[in-house]
Amino acid sequence: MTKQVVILGGGTGGTLGANRLRRELPDDVHLTVVDQDDSHVYQPGLLFVPFGLAHPEDIVRSRRRQLHSGIDYRQESIDHVDLETQTVHLADGSTLAYDLLIVATGAVLTPEETPGLDGPGWMEKVFTFYSPEGAAALEGALASFREGRLVVNVVDMPIKCPVAPLEFCFLADWYFRERKVRADIDLVYVTPLDGAFTKPVASQRLAGLLQEKDIELVTEFNTGEVDGEAGRLVGYDEREVPFDLGVVIPLHSGADYVGRSPGLGDDLNFVPVDEHTLQSKAAPNVFAIGDATNVPASKAGSVTHFEGEVLVENVKRFLAGEDLDASYDGHANCFIETGFHKALLIDFNYETEPLPGHFPASVGMPLLKESRMNHLGKLMFQWFYWHALLPGRDIPGIGADMPSAGKQTETAH
Amino acid sequence: MPTRTIAGATVDVNDEGFFTEPEQWNEDIATELAAESGIDELTPDHWKVLEFMRSEYFEKGTGPTVRVLGKTSGVTVKELYQLFPKGPAKMAAKIAGIPKPRGCI
Repeated sequence: MTKQVVILGGGTGGTLGANRLRRELPDDVHLTVVDQDDSHVYQPGLLFVPFGLAHPEDIVRSRRRQLHSGIDYRQESIDHVDLETQTVHLADGSTLAYDLLIVATGAVLTPEETPGLDGPGWMEKVFTFYSPEGAAALEGALASFREGRLVVNVVDMPIKCPVAPLEFCFLADWYFRERKVRADIDLVYVTPLDGAFTKPVASQRLAGLLQEKDIELVTEFNTGEVDGEAGRLVGYDEREVPFDLGVVIPLHSGADYVGRSPGLGDDLNFVPVDEHTLQSKAAPNVFAIGDATNVPASKAGSVTHFEGEVLVENVKRFLAGEDLDASYDGHANCFIETGFHKALLIDFNYETEPLPGHFPASVGMPLLKESRMNHLGKLMFQWFYWHALLPGRDIPGIGADMPSAGKQTETAH
Repeated sequence: MPTRTIAGATVDVNDEGFFTEPEQWNEDIATELAAESGIDELTPDHWKVLEFMRSEYFEKGTGPTVRVLGKTSGVTVKELYQLFPKGPAKMAAKIAGIPKPRGCI
């Protein structure tokens, strides 16, 4: 009997999941991917747009064309999912029945949740580089910024790619130095965390880099209001941070339809799943992947990539009535651009924080240390994304489980 | 794991003073922890937040973040900061006797 697998979302997780499943499942399993538009954004590229190092049109491709043959693509907004009747209700009133559902609709930005953020000054004096429009608008603002205070602010976690705001600071430092205006510009990084990053060893290294590059670090700042007109962030504790140009990473939530689907999401519309199997806690025939889940891992493409292997295995097992594979370990692997043609690399999972050493083994890319090789790796990754990761091919030497061989577990600070 | 004595009871805490065994908590302990943090009197609003933190912890395995507290506890984020000025999620978790919220990843 034909089985229906419906995948909500044609981004990183939905696309690589669909392509891998098409290869591994028999023809009597029908695969449908649903998304509201046909623009697949290579999101790591957004960081480079404000600095003129990438152009929005270079990082967007057709969603449909990344899907292999034998996969249906349905372009329509999702209204809600009914877990009881196993039906997806689309905005045009039509429905899709499923035997197995995969939620891969990622995270959305919710600037409207922070008072003032999308009010006066938004996209004039206050920008974000987390959307193609925002990144493009910020390019113009940076080009004409010659003096004053540039403040980069993360409103609250979780956000996509938690290192990107730091990378933005490092690249801004480089950009203004190249333009010989750095001496007239103060760079400030304002975070709700108690350090530069979430994990202690990396946090210390990154705080050191901020200091070397003369970027001020303001910690434990919970933004309650953004006053774009006057140019200030106002904290809930009544501290204020003035700015001439604000770069704010808005709050993130799961997709709106998750909130309209009884039982599917949590208070922030992320989908609670078992952190090792990716099976939804709401219904056994529902899985989630990538930014859409609530797993305690970074919301990042590498996490989605590594989850993909476990997801595909578990979809196969579930359809065959077998026990699930509980092997996702929270593995994440991120390049951190530090400017001047250099980058750091960090590699970690649920249990092991980012440590110095080499990746994937003792001979390899340096971890937690600036190098040109890491920067080249980051640039090359865009090719791998379209040609290996989305088609669902394995990238040589980079497996789903975190390698321990090259890591220095006892660290000298 | 370190232990400490609060309101006559010996409890298990982590290096930062967060409870590791929430069952060891009681209301006298909360009152004493609040006083240590500069809250002279726990008002009904404080108790509402503390009880909410504990029920969320026992239901979900982690205390809520400030943002989730503001959305679901019935107390606005602004009021939360007035009640727990040093940061509601951490300060209230400590007084409510639950482990440090996992929010940061």
